[in-house]
Amino acid sequence: MTALRDAFLSAIVALGLFGPLVGLVTANGEHGLALTARPVATAVIVGLVFFGRLLMLSWRGRTPRATNRALAERITRAGKYLTPVLLVAAFALPFTGSRYYIDLGTLVLTYIMLGWGLNIVVGLAGLLDLGYVAFYAVGAYSYAILATTFGLGFWTCLPLAGILAALWGVLLGFPVLRLRGDYLAIVTLAFGEIIRIVLINWVSLTNGPNGITGIPRPTLFGLAFSMDGGPGTFAGFFNIEPAVIQRIIFLYYVIFGLALLTNWVSLRLRRLPLGRAWEALREDEVACRSLGINVRNTKLTAFGIGALFGGFAGAFFATRQAFVSPESFTFIESATVLAIVVLGGLGSQLGVALAAIVMVGGLEVLRDLLSTLGDQLHSPFFGDIANELPLYRMLIFGLALVVMMVLRPRGLVSGRTPGVALTKPKEIAPELVAQGRG
Amino acid sequence: MAYALQQLINGVTLGMIYGLIAVGYTMVYGIIGMINFAHGDVFMVGSFLSLIALLGLSALGITSVPLALALTLLFAAGLAALYGWTVERVAYRPLRGSFRLAPLISAIGMSITLQNFVQVSQGARVKPIEAIIPGGIRLIDTGDFAVQLSWMQIAIVVITLTILGLFTWLVTKTPLGRTMRACEQDLKMASLLGIDTDRTISLTFVIGAALAAVAGFMFLLYYGVIDFYIGFIAGVKAFTAAVLGGIGSLPGAVIGGLLIGLIETFWSAYFSVEYKDVAAFSILIVVLIFMPTGLLGRAEVEKV
Repeated sequence: MTALRDAFLSAIVALGLFGPLVGLVTANGEHGLALTARPVATAVIVGLVFFGRLLMLSWRGRTPRATNRALAERITRAGKYLTPVLLVAAFALPFTGSRYYIDLGTLVLTYIMLGWGLNIVVGLAGLLDLGYVAFYAVGAYSYAILATTFGLGFWTCLPLAGILAALWGVLLGFPVLRLRGDYLAIVTLAFGEIIRIVLINWVSLTNGPNGITGIPRPTLFGLAFSMDGGPGTFAGFFNIEPAVIQRIIFLYYVIFGLALLTNWVSLRLRRLPLGRAWEALREDEVACRSLGINVRNTKLTAFGIGALFGGFAGAFFATRQAFVSPESFTFIESATVLAIVVLGGLGSQLGVALAAIVMVGGLEVLRDLLSTLGDQLHSPFFGDIANELPLYRMLIFGLALVVMMVLRPRGLVSGRTPGVALTKPKEIAPELVAQGRG
Repeated sequence: MAYALQQLINGVTLGMIYGLIAVGYTMVYGIIGMINFAHGDVFMVGSFLSLIALLGLSALGITSVPLALALTLLFAAGLAALYGWTVERVAYRPLRGSFRLAPLISAIGMSITLQNFVQVSQGARVKPIEAIIPGGIRLIDTGDFAVQLSWMQIAIVVITLTILGLFTWLVTKTPLGRTMRACEQDLKMASLLGIDTDRTISLTFVIGAALAAVAGFMFLLYYGVIDFYIGFIAGVKAFTAAVLGGIGSLPGAVIGGLLIGLIETFWSAYFSVEYKDVAAFSILIVVLIFMPTGLLGRAEVEKV
């Protein structure tokens, strides 16, 4: 009975929430805006909320909670086997030959790389960065501008783009050294917006909102992936038929390599004193300072190295798309990458990869699902919904973020154990204790 | 001189809107120490609710401007308050006591949800309306430039000041205000002393959302055009205002809002319109470097 009452109240709240915004549409009519009523849609939503709430209450009443921890442990334990499986799968993906899967894989790998890059800043050093997309943008535009103005190739520009992004990272790091937590988040967010606004308005350098086109593709040791099949091209050199798929596969392996590089570097860095200092900083800044760790340099290197990988990924993005515009570098990108890191469990390399696969892969699958569903629903009964369906993608994405956080606030793989930790107390002989060495 | 006066008037009007939103940020931050990222989008929802109310009222044939304004204000503030309550209940309350980043991501998710919900339900196109209160007073006329003070601006400033007055009374004089201040000082202690903290936090969100809806209504009146994306930039600027005034401080939020409004207007008038957001954000960075606690904020004492 209480469940019914609860569900009824939820339905009333839903009516208040969705009644005006869903039920009354402001549409441009002949005399300016006018309201059109949509009672059916509202009724459907309110009904869904009612029964959804009822279902949720009865479900929650029955299943025991506290399965979360067991799941996390299982994922962490499975990680040992999962990593090689994922690696082999990622390596073997192009052999499927399907352009769709390779493109999807490239996209997911880009986000995995961004996630690992941001993981250094957020997951290891504990510095909340909401403007990571700025470094991605700096990398992309650095390559785009260098390549189109000076005719430099991808492999020359890649380190340059990374270094430029890292410089920006350090530059941002300086003013925010003293800030903590949410202040840092808002300043980095502002910084990301500043970069984007400058990209839009500095037309002479960046061509403004139109973006930069004709960015050259990468080459394999000087062999271009062009369609003419001449002797200087990939196809000509190996005497095979030129095809677009060759370039796609090559790009896939480039980002695969870059992502692995990011992973390798961050795994190695974690074992250096620097990486340990980052982790210590994440746990307690005051303690770090009093133990003589140079907090300034530690923070700046975290920003710099995180930005470096963002810059690499940006340069790759530019060369893959052959086109960059400020539209690609909005806040939503930063939010997506941060969500990947947090959902991945802050600091866990495997978790970030899994989260990127789930989120970015899921988002793309959702896009196709919605457009096929939209095609299926072309009937008078459903009306406009069929055409609007693709718009629901980001709505579902936002809701999924909330739901995932509420269900698993610590992320998929909750591996926040420091790189060095005392696992079990060492056995100490009594004579050592007596000498004061215990 | 006349030109500067005009900018001063415009800046104060804009600053009032930012101040109203900033109060919501600063209250929530003061009590539970999180950036309510969806607050800017609640402002946007409030703006849309006002638009719907105005259109509905004109369809019903209510033409009296003060009555329409009052009804719209009530409708938008009431329903936006419901949005604020729901957002807190769904996205933040389950995560209370969880680690710091989880509510932030959840808030970002909520912000994306609200934005796209309005885009899907109301369409992505901009929504223009005619001026509700046309006309104004000509203050100074130098021949080549006339300083205008429109009725709209007067209405915005008067409504904002009234609402802020009510709100100040609520916080300083009522039992609810007292519990809110107690929670702001020390949440755990307040709950030990028998204050229903969950309820207080909910009401904080409700009040913040209602204020944001008022700001959304003012925004609609002032600019006469809204779309589903206005919440993001306005939200970031209002948060900037809250930080500038010293986060946690209510008068600080209003002062910060006024400053951001003035900076933005003067920058657009004398330098470049394109970089007005850059100016506002740069101010934020500069303030945080030299005055990390803002204008009226208290320095945080960290006990180890």
